[in-house]
Amino acid sequence: MARIEFDRIRHAYMANPRSEADYALKELSMTWEDGGAYALLGPSGCGKTTLLNIISGLVHPSGGNIRFDGTDVTALSTEARNIAQVFQFPVIYDTMTVRQNLEFPLRNRGVASGEIARRVDDTLRIIDLADKADRPARRLTADEKQKISLGRGLVRSDVNAILFDEPLTVIDPHMKWQLRSKLKQLHQRFAFTMIYVTHDQTEALTFADKVVVMYEGEVVQTGTPDELFRKPRHTFVGYFIGSPGMNVLPCEAFGTTATIGGHKVRLPAGAPKGATALEIGIRPEFITLTGDKRKGIPVTVRRVEDIGRFRIVHADLDGRPIAATLPEGSEIPAEPRAVLDPANVNLYADSWLVEGGRGP
Amino acid sequence: MNKTWNNKAWFMVLPVLLLVAFNAVIPLMTVVNYSVQETFGNNLFFFEGVKWFREVLHSERFHDSLLRQFFFTGTILAIEIPLGVIIALAMPRSGIWVPVCLVLMALPLLVPWNVVGAMWNIFALPDIGLMGYSINALGIDFNFTRQPVSAWFTVIVMDVWHWTSLVVLLAYAGLRSIPDAYYQAARIDSASRWAVFRYIQLPKMKRVLTIAVLLRFMDSFMIYTEPFVLTGGGPGNTTTILSIDLVKAALGEFNLGIAAAMSIIYFLMTLLVCWVFYSAMMRGEDE
Repeated sequence: MARIEFDRIRHAYMANPRSEADYALKELSMTWEDGGAYALLGPSGCGKTTLLNIISGLVHPSGGNIRFDGTDVTALSTEARNIAQVFQFPVIYDTMTVRQNLEFPLRNRGVASGEIARRVDDTLRIIDLADKADRPARRLTADEKQKISLGRGLVRSDVNAILFDEPLTVIDPHMKWQLRSKLKQLHQRFAFTMIYVTHDQTEALTFADKVVVMYEGEVVQTGTPDELFRKPRHTFVGYFIGSPGMNVLPCEAFGTTATIGGHKVRLPAGAPKGATALEIGIRPEFITLTGDKRKGIPVTVRRVEDIGRFRIVHADLDGRPIAATLPEGSEIPAEPRAVLDPANVNLYADSWLVEGGRGP
Repeated sequence: MNKTWNNKAWFMVLPVLLLVAFNAVIPLMTVVNYSVQETFGNNLFFFEGVKWFREVLHSERFHDSLLRQFFFTGTILAIEIPLGVIIALAMPRSGIWVPVCLVLMALPLLVPWNVVGAMWNIFALPDIGLMGYSINALGIDFNFTRQPVSAWFTVIVMDVWHWTSLVVLLAYAGLRSIPDAYYQAARIDSASRWAVFRYIQLPKMKRVLTIAVLLRFMDSFMIYTEPFVLTGGGPGNTTTILSIDLVKAALGEFNLGIAAAMSIIYFLMTLLVCWVFYSAMMRGEDE
């Protein structure tokens, strides 16, 4: 396992990129800690797979350097980088048995046959396929095939990292859950560096210690699931994580007070000078409805969804739709007013979070 | 469960039945009819039982042309299938050269069969044909109208020229359908070029190659026009393959009974070989 460092990595698929928009991956410097479980989250086409392929060496970046444990590997081929990767669709060698599939990467590397047998037996046990070892791999189910894919990585005990590219796309829902717990368990036991690409926030939040959110070729935030929830650095993170997503409302601000539709809201940070678009972001979880006329901002309720453990209220605030979650069984007042929890109101200037107390 | 019996649906099958009858059953039955009868003209027929079949199966002439047929089919399959796969592997996977290559490959397939025969006939002529002349200029005595070896060489080269493209196109389609992830996984597993071919490309091409072998087997087993125009079965009988022999018996000698019996044996053989090959290839495939 290794620590992976990106030093001003960027990539464009076209030969002569002219503008920033031509880059599938915009300039990025970051470190993937040894033994970390990372989820790479973002919508389709945001550059997640490009980033993954840069690590595995399937794509060579247009600029920047990549280091494994301090050694520059930018110019190294995939074979030389010693990375394992599990793809979206199960890749197995059709004509081989499960065992032969696992032996394949070792044979290609010229490992001695006694050693191969020992490691393959170990791996078969780890991925729970020992009883199916001599079955033709193509006869197995999709989730078992994904385990074989994973096994071909695990069998090389010295891999630098294991990369997953939306590995649960073709797996049945109940197997998804099992396979995910399996991965988590493997991570706890062997402390691999794991990077897991997905566009499913549940998958990302349950799998990873750290979630890296990407949007239009850029990493917009790296943080723990809790950080992403409380302090989204970009309005996109607010929308993308959480269900329903964060409410984003245009506002005017002066000092630490924002005005929405003539009502004042206290802000944790002062508005920066020169920003063209100011917005406040607040999670539905931090909005409460009250009938008290001295508090909050008046809203018009449009629709109430009952999710079971809580209810989602869709309402209009100054002509803009907002969502608020209410605990199960609570009443909606006749003339409801929305109260925003001041500790959890975030201010965004040009879509980026204004950090507490100081301007950007 | 109550079933409603209604036989009206049979009328719906009638058009298909008629169609199949006219394009397959009736012509085939005519041949079967001929194969068990003898005629001396005037449209008078006598039943002869399996006499013609016995005669054909014991005739040396039939054995010889059958052997030649298998030699021809075996040789062209042994050349065209590997060659087609190699060319398909060498073709670009993307870019502007893909359509160019595809069109170039498809060209021989668009030439009418008798034109192919006539083309190669002239091309291989030792005195005026480019190929015939060039080979002779190299100091090799080459004359396909007189030497059996030269005649066979020309027939086989002609078929390879005409039909390898079909194998290329099928194999290329098979190769293109392999997702990139397989190649990426192979690189991650440090697979050699040979291992990629052996464990990824070949298994993924298995189905299209099965089709290619079947098509080439059937076509080459029934080939008539090209060798007829090129050599006419000569010199002597050295390139007389089954179809040419059959036409000689039916239209040249007007041996209707013998020709009909030959046709049926010929037909059953093609069917049998295809069936055996197909079931062998598909055994162990996923249900």
